[in-house]
Amino acid sequence: MSTRTPPAPAAPTSAPPATSTAASRPKLPRWAPWAVFAAAAVAAFLVGRLTSPNLALLVIYTVVLGTVVLYVVSRVVEGPRKATDRLVTSVVYSAFGIAMVPLLSLVYEVTRRGAERLDGEFLNSSLVGITGEGGGAYHAIMGTLIITALTTLISVPIGLLTAIYLVEYGNGRLKKAITFLVDVMTGIPSIVAGLFAYALFALFLGPGIRLGIAGAVALSVLMIPVVVRSAEEVLKLVPNELREAAYALGVPRWRTIVKVVLPTAVAGLGAGITLAIARVIGETAPLLITVGITNATNLDPFDSRMATLPVYAYYQLTQPGVPPEFAIDRAWTAALILIILVMGLNVVARLISRFFAPKNSR
Amino acid sequence: MAKRIDVSDLDIYYGNFKAVEGVNLSIEPRSITALIGPSGCGKSTFLRALNRMHEVIPGARVEGKVVIEGQDLYGADVDPVDVRRQIGMVFQRPNPFPTMSIYDNVAAGIRLNNKKMKKADLDDLVERSLRGANLWNEVKDRLDRPGSGLSGGQQQRLCIARAIAVEPDVLLMDEPCSALDPISTLAIEDLMAELKERFTIVIVTHNMQQAARVSEQTGFFNLNGVGQPGRLIEFNPTEKIFSNPEMKATEDYISGRFG
Ligand SMILES: Nc1ncnc2c1ncn2[C@@H]1O[C@H](COP(=O)(O)OP(=O)(O)OP(=O)(O)O)[C@@H](O)[C@H]1O
Ligand SMILES: [Mg+2]
Repeated sequence: MSTRTPPAPAAPTSAPPATSTAASRPKLPRWAPWAVFAAAAVAAFLVGRLTSPNLALLVIYTVVLGTVVLYVVSRVVEGPRKATDRLVTSVVYSAFGIAMVPLLSLVYEVTRRGAERLDGEFLNSSLVGITGEGGGAYHAIMGTLIITALTTLISVPIGLLTAIYLVEYGNGRLKKAITFLVDVMTGIPSIVAGLFAYALFALFLGPGIRLGIAGAVALSVLMIPVVVRSAEEVLKLVPNELREAAYALGVPRWRTIVKVVLPTAVAGLGAGITLAIARVIGETAPLLITVGITNATNLDPFDSRMATLPVYAYYQLTQPGVPPEFAIDRAWTAALILIILVMGLNVVARLISRFFAPKNSR
Repeated sequence: MAKRIDVSDLDIYYGNFKAVEGVNLSIEPRSITALIGPSGCGKSTFLRALNRMHEVIPGARVEGKVVIEGQDLYGADVDPVDVRRQIGMVFQRPNPFPTMSIYDNVAAGIRLNNKKMKKADLDDLVERSLRGANLWNEVKDRLDRPGSGLSGGQQQRLCIARAIAVEPDVLLMDEPCSALDPISTLAIEDLMAELKERFTIVIVTHNMQQAARVSEQTGFFNLNGVGQPGRLIEFNPTEKIFSNPEMKATEDYISGRFG
């Protein structure tokens, strides 16, 4: 970035160097970009006074004006190469800013509206006997945790073993076929995964069946390809030389995988799995079909309907009852808890890759 | 126990590409055999065929015979894993296990193979191997530190310690000194001289002086052109190769008139 360039001489506007070679062209001082954008903001504000003052428009005016002015000034003072550098820097920062707008406003809005009901009652009670105020999502939180845990239990062994097969053993047609199928699975719409699991369980237990385990199966269909993909990438990163070192010591292949390859890759595997969990924890559509919803607490995934946070939020929002405010507040709080869970998982993934990374490797 | 190796009519392939053709040679037990030759002529490939490491590369295969003390290495009932336990290998680039400490790296051959050994015996073995690889004094105070935190030359000696800790009969070394300074190189050459009391050693090297210094026998590999298989041009006692080689190509190569 331009502000990281070595500071300009103490008095940039003082007498220019005797020889004006390309290397010794004058530089803009470090505060120049800030000054330009501040001036652009003032100008945009003044223009905005004449028309209609609108925050988003003001920001856009400022950015465009600042970028153009900075480019022109830089081109005159510093030359075309530096000017291009400043232009690209401005564009990159603007793109970053644009990308952050929806994220920040989403987090802000969910936090603002969800914080209202984030209390002990919400975390500790279900919806039994609640028609208006009060009530909570204890049953939905537990349902989400149980179903996600089951999903992980199903998906991680299958996904990890598939990845190990693809990287360590697979060759030829079968490997290509599996890779293709995993790619196809990655693109399956979540509703289709839900219908698949529902049809599977309905086949054995009759139509209209709603089970936590069916939801876990549906989510596994979505999670397995993600686990396979991330584990495959991580296992491929393990240098072949390590495998050969183990083979040369007379270590059989499977033990090389268990004791050399997997420990070397454990940080990446842990992080990948955690992110895969984060990916499915907020799925709504498949759970809507396979698990349904209930107002009471049901912690047994093998027995009838369960509540889950996304479906809970969905129903609180679409069927709030009268008056609707209380249910809508509960929906926001459920959404907030989901976001907290996902963010927590991301933090966990980072911690895993920090703590399990091979130490002192160079 | 050192062992004798007889190679006859060995062809080595990567898929359809024949990398090495028609190798015949005999390696005496308790000796050092050096393999020299220009880059890409198949020295590493040949070395890896001696402990069946070649076949871990997809599509790679071998035709011909490698006999170790009367046992056909490529016989139908021979388990490659057993072969590799008898024939250790040190690679061109140091490759310590990054997740393991220095101690665990040396003990890896025992631990990874689930052999039971008393802690005291294992300590003993680790110390002996590290002393054998001339590394003990540098690492004895930090055995529990990661092996990947050592310098390149120390890592290479760590790999040698790891290879000799499993007490193989034969030790194959692929340019073990290519990343080392002259002092470490000398240390490893001294080490080889010691090790040959117990092991049969085959070393690939680009360093002609090294081959002349350490080995009893020298094999010269060459290839006629790009895409052609490499061949063993001459295999003779080291003195003869370096003073009075039989083949013109050998003489050209060792006197630097190659190509
Ligand atoms: N994994 C592989 N797959 C296909 N071909 C290979 C592979 N490894 C080596 N080869 C080919 O086999 C031939 C011999 O290679 P090899 O590595 O044995 O040479 P080398 O004599 O050890 O060379 P250097 O002195 O540079 O290490 C080369 O033509 C090389 O391109
Ligand atoms: Mg080589």
